[in-house]
Amino acid sequence: MTREALLPLAVLAALAVAPLAGFGGSYELTLLARAMILGMAAVSLSFLVGGAGLVSLGHAASLGVGAYAVAILDAHGVTEALIVLPVAVAAAAGFSLLTGAVAIRTSGVHFIMITLAFGQMAFFTTSSLAAYGGDDGYTLYGRTEVAGTRLLENRLAFHYICLGLLALTWGLCAMLLASRFGRVLRAARENAQRVEAVGLAPYPFRLVGYAIAGALGGLAGVLLANATEFVSPATLSWQRSGELLFMVILGGVGRLWGAILGALAFVLLETWLAEQMQHWKLVFGPLLVLAVLFLKGGLSGLVARRHG
Amino acid sequence: MAEPLLRLEDLRKHYGGLDVTDGVSLDVMPGEIHAVIGPNGAGKTTLIHEITGIVAPDSGRILFAGQDITRLSLPRRVRAGLARSFQITSIVAGFSARENVALAAQARSGSSFRFLRPASGEAVLNDTAMAALDLVGLADRAAVPAGTLSHGEKRALEIAIALATRPRLLLLDEPLAGAGPEETERLIALLKRLGADYTILLVEHDMQAVFALADRISVLVYGRVIATGTVPEIRGNAEVRAAYLGEDDA
Amino acid sequence: MTTQLLLVQALNGLQLGILLFLVAAGLTLVFGVMDFINLAHGVQYMLGAYIGAALAAATGSFWWGLLLGLPAALAAGLVLEVLVFRHLYRRDHLAQVLATFGVILFLNEGVKVVWGAAPLQVPIPALLQGGIEIMPGLQYPIYRVAVLAAGVATGGLLWWLVERTRAGMLVRAGATNPQMVAALGVDVGRLFTLVFAFGAMLAGFAGILAGPIFSVEPGMGDNVLILAFVVIVIGGIGSIRGAFLAALLVGLIDTLGKSMAPDLLRLVLDPSAARQAGAALASMLVYVAMAAILAFRPAGLFPVRTG
Repeated sequence: MTREALLPLAVLAALAVAPLAGFGGSYELTLLARAMILGMAAVSLSFLVGGAGLVSLGHAASLGVGAYAVAILDAHGVTEALIVLPVAVAAAAGFSLLTGAVAIRTSGVHFIMITLAFGQMAFFTTSSLAAYGGDDGYTLYGRTEVAGTRLLENRLAFHYICLGLLALTWGLCAMLLASRFGRVLRAARENAQRVEAVGLAPYPFRLVGYAIAGALGGLAGVLLANATEFVSPATLSWQRSGELLFMVILGGVGRLWGAILGALAFVLLETWLAEQMQHWKLVFGPLLVLAVLFLKGGLSGLVARRHG
Repeated sequence: MAEPLLRLEDLRKHYGGLDVTDGVSLDVMPGEIHAVIGPNGAGKTTLIHEITGIVAPDSGRILFAGQDITRLSLPRRVRAGLARSFQITSIVAGFSARENVALAAQARSGSSFRFLRPASGEAVLNDTAMAALDLVGLADRAAVPAGTLSHGEKRALEIAIALATRPRLLLLDEPLAGAGPEETERLIALLKRLGADYTILLVEHDMQAVFALADRISVLVYGRVIATGTVPEIRGNAEVRAAYLGEDDA
Repeated sequence: MTTQLLLVQALNGLQLGILLFLVAAGLTLVFGVMDFINLAHGVQYMLGAYIGAALAAATGSFWWGLLLGLPAALAAGLVLEVLVFRHLYRRDHLAQVLATFGVILFLNEGVKVVWGAAPLQVPIPALLQGGIEIMPGLQYPIYRVAVLAAGVATGGLLWWLVERTRAGMLVRAGATNPQMVAALGVDVGRLFTLVFAFGAMLAGFAGILAGPIFSVEPGMGDNVLILAFVVIVIGGIGSIRGAFLAALLVGLIDTLGKSMAPDLLRLVLDPSAARQAGAALASMLVYVAMAAILAFRPAGLFPVRTG
C-alpha cells in the first residue's frame, strides 16, 4: 500500500477519534455531523465529476429528494429507518435516473445547465408542497427510528453512524471506479470516441453512474434531515449544488477522499467566518474565486504532495 | 468465389449539392489487404465515416459478413467484428498502454456492468492485453501512461486496441499518418505480419506503403471508385494516373 | 378563464420573455464565442436594477437612471471581466462555474451591504404611467407595453449588429469556429472583452427595465439566470435568433402555466388539491418543456456549431 492510499484512512480515523479528543461537545458534534453528511454528498459528486466527467450543477436535488422523503413519510407517521432509508434512496435514484436520461444525452456546458435546470425544477416543486411546509419547510416530529429504537437521538451514536456511512460511500465509490464499470466511465471521461470504437456505448454506463451518485446523495439527504430535524427547499437550492461542487474542487478533483477534506474545510471555514462577521459571504466569495484560480489540485493535492 | 467479408453497395452521400460519395461499390474479400487510395477530397474520410457508422449514407447498403449493418451504431458494428483505428490517434491518454488494450478486451469478454472486482486484477483481460501489445511490439511499454508514448508507439497501440476487440475486419484509417521514416518502416512490417492473420481495409496516403502491402487497391476519385485491381493493374491504369497527375497540376 | 385575462397573461408572458431575451442574448454570445460558462451573468442583471434604482432615486428621474445606468452596467461588466473572468477562459467548465459562483456570493451580499436586504421599489416614470385600452374595456399598463417595445427594438438592433456589421460577423464566426477567427489574425482577447461588456450591458438594461415591475432585491438575478440558461439550451448555444424565440416561449409557458394550471386542474381535482398541484406543475412546466425539446434535439432548436 502506498503512503497516499493511507491518507483517506487517516482522515476517517481523525473523524473517529475527534469526539474523544476534545471535540465531543454538542456544538462540535453538530458541526462535524454536518461536515460528514455534506462530505458524503460531495464524495458522490466527486465520483461523477472526477470519475465520470459529469459536472452536475444539480446534485443538491438528490440530497433534497432524500431529505423530503424523510419529511413526507414523517408527516404520514412512518419513521422507521428500515422503511425510510430504502424509500429515500430509491426515490433519489429514480429522480436521477429520469433526469439523467435526458441530461446525459448532452455534454459539456449543456450538461451543466440542464442539471442546474432540473435541480431548480425539484426546488420549485418542493416550494409548492404546501402540505409539507411549502417555502417555510417542514419540522420533523423526531429523528428516524432504527428498528424501533431512538438510536439517532444519541449524538455520539449519530456521529459514528454518519462516519460509518461516509466511509461506506467513499469505499463504494472507490470500488466502483476501480471495477470494469468504472474503467468504462473513466475512459469515457477522457475519450468517449475511443470507448465507442472498442464497442461500448458510454450512455448506459454514465446513466447508471449518475443514478448511483443520486442514490448516495439521497442517503446523505436522509442524514441531513435527521441532523437538523428540519427540511426546507433551501436543502436543494442551486447554491447548495454550487457549494457541493466547490467542496469537490477545494478537496481536489480526481481524489475521492479529497471531497471529504473539502467538505470539512468548507463547513469549518463557513462557520468560522459567519461567527466573525455578518456579511461573511463578502469574504467567502472572493476566497472561492482565489481557490479556483490558485489552488489547482486542491487540498488533497497539497497533502499528497507533502506525504507522497 | 468466396463471399466478401465487407460489401459496399452503391453508397451515396450528398452535402449541399456536392456528391461526396457518389455510388461507391466495393468488396473486401476474406484474408486480403484491400487498400483505398485517392487524391485529397476524393471522399475517403466520408467513406470511412459511412463504414463505421458516424455518417449515415443517403442511400445504398453496407453488408458485413452477410449482415446489413447500414443503420447500426459504431459500438454495435465493433461488436459485430469491425474494428477501426483513427487517422488522428485516439487513445485514453491517462490510462497505461495495458489498460487501453484491457478496455478493448473487456468489451469482448463478458459484461462491462461489473461493479465489484478491480478490473486491473482480471488476469484474462491483462493476458489478452499483453498478447496484443506483444504482437505490436509494445510489451515492454505496457505500464507507461499512453499519453507519454512516442507517436509511432501510439499508432501501434491503436492497432493493439483494435486487435483486442477480436475483429474480423481491421479498418485502418491512415495508420502511417505523421510517422517518421523509421517508424513508418516498423509499422509497415507490423501491418505485413497482421495481414497474414487478418482481413484489412487500409486507407492510406503513402503510395509506397500501399504498393508494398496491398493485395488489391481501389482508387477513389470525386466520390467514385474509378478502378479496382492488383498493384500492377493499378500502376498500369491510365485513368488512375490521370487522376493523380491532375492533382499534381493543381 | 376569460379571453381578456388570457390576453393580459399572454402579454405578461411576452414581456417576461423579452426581459429573458435581453439577459440570454449576452449569455449565449459569451458561451458561443468563448465557450465560457458565466453564472455571474444573473447578478449583472441584478446590478443593473440596483444601479438604475439608485441613480433614479438620486437624480429623481427614471430616465437619468436609465441613461447613466447603462454605461455603469457596462463598466461593471468590464471590471469583472478584467478582475476575474479573463483568467478563466482557458480553464475547464468546472473552474468557470465555481469562480463565477464566488462572484455571485460576493455581489449578492455586496448589494445587501450597500442597499440593505429589503426590496427597493422603483416608481414608474410619469411619462409611462397609466394604462391603454388594448381591447374594449381592458386596460394594460403603458409601462409594460413600453418594455415590450424597447425589448423588441433592442432585439432588432442586436440582430442588425450581429448580422450586418463587421464585429457581428466576427462574433458569428467565433461562435461557429473560434480557431478560424484567431487564425484570421483577429485580436480574440479584445473581441471577447467587447462581447462580454456588451452582454453585461444588455443584462443591466433588462434589470433597469424590470425595476418598476418586479421588486429590486438581493438574489433577484439567480432565477433569471437559470431561466436564461433554459432559454439558451432550448434556443441552441450561440444563436441570437434561437435565444429570441426560446425566450418568448419560456416567458409564455411560465406565465400562462402559472395562471392556468390550477384552473385546468380544477376540472379534475378538488380546489385545494388543484391549487397545490397546479402550483407544483406550473413551476415544473418550463423544465419539462426543455426536457421534451432536448429529448428530440439535444443541441437545441437552432444549433450554431457544426461538427
